[in-house]
Amino acid sequence: MIATPELAPLFDGVEARKAATRNAYGEALLELGASNPDVVVLDADLSGSTKTKAFGKAHPDRFFNMGVAEANMIGVAAGLASQGKVAFASSFAMFATGKAFEQIRQSVCVPELNVKICATHAGLTVGEDGKSHQMLEDVTIMRVIPGMQVIVPADAVEARQAVLAAAEIPGPVYVRLSRASTPIVFSEDYRFEFGKAAMLRDGGDLAIVAMGVTVAAAIEAADMLSGMGIEARVLNMSTISPMDSDAIESAARDCGAILTAEEHQENGGLGDAVAQAVVRTHPVPMEMCGMNGSFGQSGTGDELLAHYGLDAAGLVARAQQLLKRKQA
Amino acid sequence: MTLSQEDRAAVESAARQIRIDTVRMVHAAACGHPGGPIGMADFMATLFLRHMNLSPETLHQPDRDRFVLGNGHTCAGYYSILSQKGLFPREELLTFRKMGSRLQGHPHRTPDMGIDFSTGSLGNSLSVSLGMALAAKSNGWDTRVYSASSDGESQEGQIWEAATAAAHYGASNLTVLVDFNNVQIDGHMRDVMDVRDLRAKYEAFGWHALDVDGHDIDAIDAALVAAREETTRPSALICHTLIGKGVSFMEDQPGWHGVAPGDEDARKALAELGIEGAELEAMMA
Repeated sequence: MIATPELAPLFDGVEARKAATRNAYGEALLELGASNPDVVVLDADLSGSTKTKAFGKAHPDRFFNMGVAEANMIGVAAGLASQGKVAFASSFAMFATGKAFEQIRQSVCVPELNVKICATHAGLTVGEDGKSHQMLEDVTIMRVIPGMQVIVPADAVEARQAVLAAAEIPGPVYVRLSRASTPIVFSEDYRFEFGKAAMLRDGGDLAIVAMGVTVAAAIEAADMLSGMGIEARVLNMSTISPMDSDAIESAARDCGAILTAEEHQENGGLGDAVAQAVVRTHPVPMEMCGMNGSFGQSGTGDELLAHYGLDAAGLVARAQQLLKRKQA
Repeated sequence: MTLSQEDRAAVESAARQIRIDTVRMVHAAACGHPGGPIGMADFMATLFLRHMNLSPETLHQPDRDRFVLGNGHTCAGYYSILSQKGLFPREELLTFRKMGSRLQGHPHRTPDMGIDFSTGSLGNSLSVSLGMALAAKSNGWDTRVYSASSDGESQEGQIWEAATAAAHYGASNLTVLVDFNNVQIDGHMRDVMDVRDLRAKYEAFGWHALDVDGHDIDAIDAALVAAREETTRPSALICHTLIGKGVSFMEDQPGWHGVAPGDEDARKALAELGIEGAELEAMMA
């Protein structure tokens, strides 16, 4: 576990400070393009949206637009990786993992290849496009594949570093990115460490373990709880697989109750992953904030997060329920 | 152009050995797929003896030719030709499909024995082969990528995604050999799902495509030469074959797609392939 890294102010005084993790991805690709000649990038006709386009302009000989054909894109990425390339493949999370699950399992993970699937537009915060595009099962279906390493950055600062790290980590990596601008959590001094949770705040009454866009909500919820005399530890679980089970065990021992938060199905997602670590190490009461078996709907990202109880107020309400169970 | 008598004899001998090895391996494993590899033996032998530059000497050369077996279930024949080329000991063939063997029921990528990719799920192979071809082109290598596929695999949509992209990227260093035997697991293709004229389909997708008699070694060799000479388009060789060719009771029989011969059938098959007397008894012992 990384201890209490420096956080950025969530507000600049008036406005929330925000950036989209997909933009950080595009910038990181440009850095990689300049520093690593083995890096190649593939896209499936969404390069403007996934932000791979700038890499394509800078390195046309190392950029392959495969058209609207995600299964083929993943297979081609695997073939390139088998010949020594570090292949980044991008589309929306729904299509990159949903349409190409079989190719990811068979052609990338079975032969343990250096394919980095960086999928954007994950989760509810896709917003108005609605349920067909709101991928809420990608972490589940990626983390169950043997050898697949799964990273869900909390903000743009972490996303850039996670993408740079993915190029160095041997084997398959899935990076989950967002369309929407989301709060910036970390200062530029933050150092992402693959496989390690980061403790963003300490407290002894409960631990909130969050990933992705809900990390900012978790910090805000912890502030609100503190005002009620409840101190929460907040963990940023940006590496979902392999899971930092030591950090989970410590949280369970130190806090005695764990709340998870994710813009994703609870089934098979962060909630399940943390629960596995908890029951194997130090069982304590848990609650999960996530999608409870339903699809999303059209709306703004903020409206949807509030509707499904994934904003700070939603997390506070569930934290209070959890504390009643802890005290029972 | 035809092969010299000596060259043809070498290919014929390797093809016969593929058939014999396949019968023995599938019989010893008591499961597996004999019909396909026996039908593919002539084009696999021609490819590996006369075109692929894969050998123990070139094995670890990054720019050597690559091969992906799309119809991975036919791997008994693939393993046979790899062992014939000295990439692993012949004795290992009879470990096929057994616990702990490197010769898995469907190929697993094993660089030390020249198995270039993991396959077994139909439809994935042409995309992977295209990726290899693009990597070679981007490195400025002369590498040729050969991909075996089949009429059944051509029912998978991903094949046509890859076919579209390969033509778009002018992957002239990519050649697919399609085993067209008109048989799939559930029966003859005409009864299950007819893929019709694959040459015309590949041509319409922008490929250099040829129909080839998959048992005519001279014709296969000439088609592989033509593929090598093509400079702008990927090549598809539609190899028309007979499943089980050379073992009379397996020929054109869907039932021999994925069923192992028992003792009696294995003995009969080996006898038809010219194994007799003490040699036959030793193989069956």
